[in-house]
Amino acid sequence: MSNTMHVKLNVNGEDHEFLAEPRELLIYALREKLNLTGSHVGCETSHCGACTVTMNGKSVKSCTVFVAQANGAEVTTVEGLGNPDALHVLQESFKEHHGLQCGYCTPGMITRAAKLLEENPNPTEEDIRFGIAGNICRCTGYQNIVKSILSAASDMNAAKEAAQ
Amino acid sequence: MKDEITREERVAGLKGMGCSRKRVEDARFTQGKGNYVDDIKLPGMLHGDFVRSPYAHARIKSINIDAAMALPGVTAVLTAKDLEPLGLHWMPTLAGDKQMVLADGKVLFQGQEVAFVVASDRYVAADAVELIEVDYEELDVLVDPFKSLQSDVVLREDLVAEDGSIPNGAHGPRKHHNHIFTWEAGEEEATNQVIDNAEVVATEEMYYHRTHPCPLETCGSVASMDKVNGKLTLWGTFQAPHVVRTVASLLSGIEEHNIRVVSPDIGGGFGNKVGVYPGYVCSIVASIVTGVPVKWVEDRMENLMSTAFARDYWMKGKISATKDGKITGLHCHVTADHGAFDACADPTKFPAGFMNICTGSYDIPVAYLGVDGVYTNKAPGGVSYRCSFRVTEAVYFIERMIEVLAIELNMDPAELRSINFIKKEQFPYTAALGWEYDSGDYQTAWDKALLAVDYKGLRAEQVERVEAFKRGETRKVMGIGLSFFTEIVGAGPVKNCDILGMGMFDSCEIRIHPTGSAVARLGTISQGQGHATTFAQILATEIGLSAESITIEEGDTDTAPYGLGTYGSRSTPVAGAAAAMAGRKIRAKAQMIAAYLLEVHDNDVEFDVDRFVVKGSPEQFKTMKEIAYAAYNQAIPGLEPGLEAVSYYDPPNMTYPFGAYVCVMDIDVDTGVPEIRRFYALDDCGTRINPMVIEGQIHGGLTEALAVALGQEIAYDDMGNCKTGTLMDFFLPTAWEVPNYETDFTVTPSPHHPIGAKGVGESPHVGGVPCFSNAVQDAFRPFGNRHTNMPHDHWRIWQTANNLGMHD
Repeated sequence: MSNTMHVKLNVNGEDHEFLAEPRELLIYALREKLNLTGSHVGCETSHCGACTVTMNGKSVKSCTVFVAQANGAEVTTVEGLGNPDALHVLQESFKEHHGLQCGYCTPGMITRAAKLLEENPNPTEEDIRFGIAGNICRCTGYQNIVKSILSAASDMNAAKEAAQ
Repeated sequence: MKDEITREERVAGLKGMGCSRKRVEDARFTQGKGNYVDDIKLPGMLHGDFVRSPYAHARIKSINIDAAMALPGVTAVLTAKDLEPLGLHWMPTLAGDKQMVLADGKVLFQGQEVAFVVASDRYVAADAVELIEVDYEELDVLVDPFKSLQSDVVLREDLVAEDGSIPNGAHGPRKHHNHIFTWEAGEEEATNQVIDNAEVVATEEMYYHRTHPCPLETCGSVASMDKVNGKLTLWGTFQAPHVVRTVASLLSGIEEHNIRVVSPDIGGGFGNKVGVYPGYVCSIVASIVTGVPVKWVEDRMENLMSTAFARDYWMKGKISATKDGKITGLHCHVTADHGAFDACADPTKFPAGFMNICTGSYDIPVAYLGVDGVYTNKAPGGVSYRCSFRVTEAVYFIERMIEVLAIELNMDPAELRSINFIKKEQFPYTAALGWEYDSGDYQTAWDKALLAVDYKGLRAEQVERVEAFKRGETRKVMGIGLSFFTEIVGAGPVKNCDILGMGMFDSCEIRIHPTGSAVARLGTISQGQGHATTFAQILATEIGLSAESITIEEGDTDTAPYGLGTYGSRSTPVAGAAAAMAGRKIRAKAQMIAAYLLEVHDNDVEFDVDRFVVKGSPEQFKTMKEIAYAAYNQAIPGLEPGLEAVSYYDPPNMTYPFGAYVCVMDIDVDTGVPEIRRFYALDDCGTRINPMVIEGQIHGGLTEALAVALGQEIAYDDMGNCKTGTLMDFFLPTAWEVPNYETDFTVTPSPHHPIGAKGVGESPHVGGVPCFSNAVQDAFRPFGNRHTNMPHDHWRIWQTANNLGMHD
């Protein structure tokens, strides 16, 4: 293993250290080194968004980030959003409103939507359509994805109000 | 046991047919716990990658693999020479042709597989690909099918006899060395006679451009040859896993029971994953050679450049009518560009698929269709991209011909359709090109659609808009796109539909457990359609157990019954029918058990939602749960223990879903940007199993239709370079470009399907493409437009406006 570097990542709240070639893409480090296969590869050119994760507070396409660039970063993938006993509101909402079909874009879409709702907790339909335009879905035509995100926003806001 | 809940509550508790049951697949998909082929990781697994041809047509003089083999981590490099002793350097296609697995002396399209590298990981494999030196000698390239039919350049030397003669192909005589087949339906002479003597004739030439299904997950496979027990396991992106097993057995000589094919979760198919690709074969051979599992997963560029394309039909039409608009005849000729190998995925007897449904929804007394297939230096394929075999082409053709005829007649295109619909009382209706349409009520659907959108009001608005444009008050024109389509899905009766000789039935096997839950396995495979949800609903209604208690499994050939897979909207029409029939067998045995338990004659009990009741005495009953328990645990004279059933269903006919779509579009003539103001889609798919899933299918199919009509294409330059190999160039609509759709329905059950269902997944694509295209063309019709070819991207729309003098 010549030409490898020592990489530190905090993924979904857990610290990881491993050796990797600097040219290795973050998506492959996540999928193949850390076995987090929720994020998918759809194009390797940043167009489709199936690989979307949150890195240091921003949505990124992990298929065009070298693991070397990610060294020291905090990363959240779909696996870090919820768990089987406590799904994320968006995970519930996508199921409720039929916001997915084949499921391949779904982890990236939900991860992006979660970030979008952090950035803008009261999005309009137009805000959502613009905000997820970096994530392609081939199955749903987006109508139910938009519905799912709008509904999740409203549920999250209601929960916040109830907590206050 | 007596319960207090009402009959309605019992029905609701089943979550059976007709309810919008939430999908059982979604828990794992939303949590990133799907299991797609690239998620499979086996101990010692190696990775395969292809050296691909940069040229569209070239002879291979030499391949030097030395530098690649010297790279640490490289285990093997396969070329055609390595595959030849195994007889695997070529493979049969689904269309009766053969295709090179690895380039055998020459390459015939850009991106063709030349050598297969096997290495420790995907990075090493990619490095090794770069180190392989291939010496090519460029040959003349043919990308135009019309020129190809005139050219002296021989593309397929393997299909020319030594004396230079042209032997017959899989579909009969060939006219030229680059010609594949001629396929005809209907009566040409009679059609020509009618058209020659008609009061009104409209002719048009149209090109339905080449495109690609482009599911978000690309194609791939993992092969694992266990040399100890002689068993090959193959995971892959297969829409038809059982067919893959049979083909793999026939090709490799490994007995079929020693091959297990598994389609895991599939990230969308849309026809792309019907075919058999060289990568699958190479991963198998590599695993046999190396003795360890080998994974091959293509990247997006490889997907768009080398796996199955769709469409690429040059269509020439003539349609005749009386002066008052009654259609009298239709003539269609297609020049079909099949690329370098004929790898179309059609039933054997239909080399142009069901293109002979091109008389559409109209009562046309006489018609003719001729199709000529042609080889060119383009990628092979010709799959049904979200449609039943070539139905998109057929429906686009007729729905454009209707519009052109309306212009010729100076008649409203909605009215022209009404005048010519096959009438409700004419069903079952035998069309001029041979199909027997099972059922339909077109006028009702059409009237409902036109009323819903206020069609007359829209036309009046359009007239005003044209005047305003001419007065210089607006730069936006308005188009009203109409389409009325009839699909033909659910292939098919085994008597006329097979693939490589395998009859296109499908199957369901159901096993009821003692506590009244069940597992059912089918010969199909979901790629996002939600089979695990909807097949359970069919069974719930049929056998009276809650859908929540029924597990659906598909895709593992070791456990699932043999079936022909999922494409051509065949899952519900064929496997759905098998599910209903298997459920009815369960019910028949349950009836005998119930009668025994209730101490009455078999005929004295009847099925009621979730139980058998004594006729006329509903307080005496046995629930299906009680019956299931008794089936296993009580000795019943004359009956074997257990409660399971299997059905292999060979449909008596296809099903014929239909629909009425209207699109309202505003187009800025200076930018060429179309804005979809409204899209109304009425679908009639017969009995509706899950309205939520149906609507989801319609949204998705319409969006893929929008893509194809408004920008998506696979284009080549004159050198045969694929110009659209990445998502930068290949249009996939985002949420920003896609409108909200209004969905509506009528219900005309299929008379021959056990539950009356017809299939719906592809209808919106089939009907949507002409609807979007007609909207664009209709916007320019008042300014003299008659027909322009798709895709109507911004540049082409701008050109249309420019050609019509609208920028002057």
